Amino acid sequence: MPKQNWQKVMVIGSGPIVIGQAAEFDYAGTQACRALREEGVETVLVNSNPATIMTDREVADKVYIEPLTVEFLERIIEKERPDGLLPTMGGQTGLNLAFQLSKAGILQRCGVTLLGTPLESISQAEDREHFRNLMRQIGEPIPASAIVSEVEEALRFAEEIGYPVIVRPAFTLGGTGGGIAQDAENLETIASSGIKASMIGQVLIERSVAGWKEVEYEVLRDSSGNSITVCHMENMDPVGVHTGDSIVVAPCQTLTDREVQTLRTAALRIVAALGIEGGCNVQFALHPEKLEYVVIEVNPRLSRSSALASKATGYPIAKVAAKIAIGYTMDELINAVTGKTSACFEPALDYVVVKIPRWPFDKFSDADRTIGTQMKATGEVMGLGRNLETALLKAVRSLETKFFGLFSEEMRKLTDEELEAKCRKPEDNLLFVMAEAFRRGWSVEKLTAINQWNPYFLKKIQTTVQYEEIIRNNPWNAKILQKAKRIGYSDKETARLWGTHEERIYEFREEHQIKPVFKMVDTCAGEFEATTPYFYSSYDQEDEGIVTNRRKVVVLGSGPIRIGQGIEFDYCSVHAVKALRKAGVESIIINSNPETVSTDFDTADRLYFEPLTIEDVTAVLDKEKPEGVVVQFGGQTAIGLCKRLAARGYHIMGTTVEDTDRAEERGIFDDVLQELGAKRPKGGCISSMEEAEKLAGEIGFPLIVRPSYVLGGRAMQIVYEQQELKNVFAKALLEFPGQQIWMDQYLLGKEVEVDAISDGETVCIPGIMEHLERAGIHSGDSIAVYPPQMISSEIQDTVTDLTVSIARSLNIKGLLNIQYVVYKNEVYVLEVNPRSSRTVPFLSKVTGVAIVELATRVILGETLQSMGIESGLWPVGDKVAVKAPVFSFSKLLLVEPSLGPEMKSTGEVMGIDRKYEKALYKALLAAGMHMSANGTLLATLADRDKEEGIKLVQRFYHLGFRIIATEGTAKAIYEAGVEVTTVGKLHTGSDEITEKIRKGQVQCVLNTTTHGRKIASDGFAIRRAAVEQGIPCFTSMDTAEAWLQVLEVNSPSLIPLS
Amino acid sequence: MAWLVLGDGKAFEGEAFGGWLEKEDEVRGEVVFNTSMCGYQEMITDLSYAGQILTFTHPQIGNYGWHQEESEASKVLLRGLIVRELSEGEGSLHADRSLEDFCKKQGIPGLKGVDTRALTRYIRKNGTMPGVIVDQLQNGTDFWRQYTPEEIQPDLHWVYQATVPEEFEIPGSGPVIAVLDLGAKRNILRCLQRRGYRLHVFPAGTSAEEILDIKPRGLVLSNGPGDPSGLPEIAENMEKLISRIPILGICMGHQIMAMAAGGTTYKLPFGHRGGNHPVQNKETGKVTMTSQNHGYAVSESSLKGTGLQVLYSNLNDGTVEGMKHEKYPVLTVQYHPEAAPGPEENGELFDTFAQMLGE
Repeated sequence: MPKQNWQKVMVIGSGPIVIGQAAEFDYAGTQACRALREEGVETVLVNSNPATIMTDREVADKVYIEPLTVEFLERIIEKERPDGLLPTMGGQTGLNLAFQLSKAGILQRCGVTLLGTPLESISQAEDREHFRNLMRQIGEPIPASAIVSEVEEALRFAEEIGYPVIVRPAFTLGGTGGGIAQDAENLETIASSGIKASMIGQVLIERSVAGWKEVEYEVLRDSSGNSITVCHMENMDPVGVHTGDSIVVAPCQTLTDREVQTLRTAALRIVAALGIEGGCNVQFALHPEKLEYVVIEVNPRLSRSSALASKATGYPIAKVAAKIAIGYTMDELINAVTGKTSACFEPALDYVVVKIPRWPFDKFSDADRTIGTQMKATGEVMGLGRNLETALLKAVRSLETKFFGLFSEEMRKLTDEELEAKCRKPEDNLLFVMAEAFRRGWSVEKLTAINQWNPYFLKKIQTTVQYEEIIRNNPWNAKILQKAKRIGYSDKETARLWGTHEERIYEFREEHQIKPVFKMVDTCAGEFEATTPYFYSSYDQEDEGIVTNRRKVVVLGSGPIRIGQGIEFDYCSVHAVKALRKAGVESIIINSNPETVSTDFDTADRLYFEPLTIEDVTAVLDKEKPEGVVVQFGGQTAIGLCKRLAARGYHIMGTTVEDTDRAEERGIFDDVLQELGAKRPKGGCISSMEEAEKLAGEIGFPLIVRPSYVLGGRAMQIVYEQQELKNVFAKALLEFPGQQIWMDQYLLGKEVEVDAISDGETVCIPGIMEHLERAGIHSGDSIAVYPPQMISSEIQDTVTDLTVSIARSLNIKGLLNIQYVVYKNEVYVLEVNPRSSRTVPFLSKVTGVAIVELATRVILGETLQSMGIESGLWPVGDKVAVKAPVFSFSKLLLVEPSLGPEMKSTGEVMGIDRKYEKALYKALLAAGMHMSANGTLLATLADRDKEEGIKLVQRFYHLGFRIIATEGTAKAIYEAGVEVTTVGKLHTGSDEITEKIRKGQVQCVLNTTTHGRKIASDGFAIRRAAVEQGIPCFTSMDTAEAWLQVLEVNSPSLIPLS
Repeated sequence: MAWLVLGDGKAFEGEAFGGWLEKEDEVRGEVVFNTSMCGYQEMITDLSYAGQILTFTHPQIGNYGWHQEESEASKVLLRGLIVRELSEGEGSLHADRSLEDFCKKQGIPGLKGVDTRALTRYIRKNGTMPGVIVDQLQNGTDFWRQYTPEEIQPDLHWVYQATVPEEFEIPGSGPVIAVLDLGAKRNILRCLQRRGYRLHVFPAGTSAEEILDIKPRGLVLSNGPGDPSGLPEIAENMEKLISRIPILGICMGHQIMAMAAGGTTYKLPFGHRGGNHPVQNKETGKVTMTSQNHGYAVSESSLKGTGLQVLYSNLNDGTVEGMKHEKYPVLTVQYHPEAAPGPEENGELFDTFAQMLGE
């Protein structure tokens, strides 16, 4: 039992979603807060990310949405005076902050005890040298390595131990700046960026064990020394790929019991030696041919892997870790899954789990797609099956990258040489590459020799691929289909092989009663009776799902976290489920993302961990027979299924499929707007270059080009002139063959966004948000402000009226989101999304309106009027909130950081205060921008931006910045009377600019995208250098202006008297 | 197609593998399940499974092949295997052969493609029961028309088939330890060897006098198959030794020691078989994960007045997991401190035994 009665405990969240730190910490923090409250502990939660369940008022007693900096945390601690601080739930961000708070003496001064694993243990695990000493003491093997803080030292050591070597920076997220160096030249680059990325300027140079098996253990240990390994996991790709970018299988599949137990024993010894009290992740490299291993890494906190382990086994790691932190021992806790056995046990799995990372390369087609020690995935998916193939194929389908099996047309076109190269140097598409290799008859031995994948995994892929022929040669054979199903083949893939449509396969299965059953995830392989409502499908004998006769509704989740569809939609799904439960309706969720709160087994009444495809969803619906399906909270993933679900006879609740279509299909929607007399930018649909040129002639440049029905503005582009139109159009036709492409007039106005709840009659608008950047930058990448600061009340009235009439006319039942542009004092409709949007959590938090709950009640049949809500805009409170996007450019090499109509941010933060400038300040700070009014500004401006840009440069100058600029820009600046130093442009052969940035001589970059190829590549190099150096890089003048505005309020300017 | 037909008529469909088709009879045995996620080789060669049909709950078995040196015995006494999916064993680059090859060679019959989770849940709900593996469903049905499940009870005297035919010694530099082999797993011997003892291994029927004759420093009673209550003669032998030498009892050895002191055993509804059972030391409160394989347990209430006290108990169901004697150096555990398969963290028990020996 806890030795001390904790009164008030503070929990630190992990901040915005970035590559390396995603939704898993929302899940961990939320579970921890709940566990603490169960014990009567008052909880104080701090996080800057509004799109999280953990920042809900019902999760913690006090919620602070504030920047995660020492200064803010100190003030919160001073005010709240918690007696305990739990830092291990907020990822590396949480740990680093706890360190800084402790170092600064703040914890001691305020009498705050750090709960869980002691700080000394954490620093022992995190500091390479301490950790290595400890490993030597307890006799655990580690690869030969040295810590260096200079590139020369790195080179010297590598010479000593031989190449290849691995470079790992100390104290970073997701391995930023690390890599494998094959030679000295290689090492120089990697080591220098690694040293920069490290919080303490150190990197580890290590003997490479690339090619060994990579194995992870998730360990829990309590204060009395009881330890369990919740799960062991094996990376399918050998050492060399970051575990966050690895395909992972649980439990280990190719290890003998001796190997599993040897590593388990080592993990327990390490965790005991560190004195962990809570969760810990231990990673090993295991020699593929003999019992030799090395310890690679230890994470003394909850991590991405622990979230995965938790979902893979059903064991609530975060909850138990929180209880351990306040002093419980594990034998005092009950296994929540069985409700009767002890929590001090190790889950036994009777299924196989496969996790596949979700990479953003569908959006960043120009990015460097190779997979290595630098994590690049934004999210992940998990598949559960009774064999590896099924689990793997389920995970593939869950990625929602249009793959329903292991066949890729793109890979089919590769030559053997290209194929081999891609096997050797893996990219995100490795699975499909290897599948293609097997299709060409390559042997398992050949592939093992090329990329060291374990033959067991390769054989599984080979067997799966080989079955293609059998399926193909036996069309409409029920026995073969049954077998294919047990391997994990989807209807869609079978349809491809049988040359038919997926619907025919579905009908054929119905006819022959080839249907999956559902199995329970129970932590104990069936040994004890469990009541967990957590299921997965399998082609097996017995169905053990419980189906009730209560009123029930299925909510479709949003799948993996990706750019354009992030954690916001999980937030909405979770709230929909909560609202259903509150209304006494049984809630059932289907989702494929292991990182989220929605896939916690006690969120909904029942959880089906399945891919969000028509086939997998239908199987669940067929079993559950719910009253209906709710699709409007799961982003485009769920909306994308609604037509076909309706066609299969399932009831789509809320806005009907026909009305959804009316909003999403441009042609029809134009008619709706015309009827309402609402304006929209001129435009049209085209399918050839001739049509494009003709239309461009009618509406004039600039133009915005976009394919219909796409997520996050994918492939959208602004076009300024004829030649560019040709290029863009050619590319779009190539990428989206046969698809209609839309081209609109680009109105350079103010963008305004609303979310609304409608029952078809009453339309409640919780708030209007104004975008700081002018139209043309994707709404997800814009800074949004609530309430609007610069828009007249007349315009706000127009927006309100338009929203009400559009919602009514589209007969919206539930949520809708509309984006407007205000151009020359006129309101134009840009787009209508008949579903929840990215801004719902933000708006819910700042207005206090339970947006999703109200929408869910409407969907269930209540009217807003009966809830006492009237049409119109919700009254504005006394706070101003600013939502700022957060990017992960530094982790994605070769990605263009300049902002445009295509979304690029991975996460968001919120700043909230009584005054606009303060809220803006908090938002920018929370987004990780350096808010300092000193240093050097590098300005490179496009001609059309010069007039406006120079004014900004002047303001920088007055604040105290030194100005440097490229020739043309410098000339304009000089003419405006500002001191400026000219630097050479890159394409003239000088690398002065990028060198200055890399050497830390530039603190801020103002670079507006220029068009025409040469200059564009110049700008690109500057922008990349800036994001890699981690300095603010403004590509929109509006963002720069906001930044200036904040600094001008907060810092005194430096202007000499003469 | 082939079938497993349980004593109550419940049938599970699968596909035959291994060496059973050459046999004339149906394959009969008590159907049990083990929830370990790896260690199939150690389980298959664990003589405590004698006469049983073993179901693996982990769905993929055979992944890393067969490694000669990792067997727990040189013979196999279990009757059959039931798996969801059988792999060819590509996972390990240094395997000697595949599991399927081994089964073929040893004549071990197997059934694959079975919904093992359904089977496990069935046994959990209805208790352990005998079953037959047959190639025609009809044969199974006929079998249970001919016999009642009660008639197909596990053999009481499996221990005598599992034990060594005659005594032998394993050299060592340390003191002599007697091992009463009731079907011992090799790793028990290895754990003792590693501590330097000279081992004198006796067959199950050895008398107390014969054991005392070699003047051992201590005695280890091993694991073994079947129902301990069918072995009163071994318990009687051990009764004579309680006050004479330090004794470590493992699994069946533990049950025999309870009987020797006057306690009794009973059959668990479906046994404990797996590698994740939490066991708590009642004196220190410390919990460890244990490897288990037993269908019988010591009755706690029967220990009253026997001089034995419960030292370890199962955190899930409270059953007796180990005992010590009030007066004499007797220590017993129901679980497997030697692991193989399963968690190794209880190896310390052999150190405790060393202390009992006065080292």
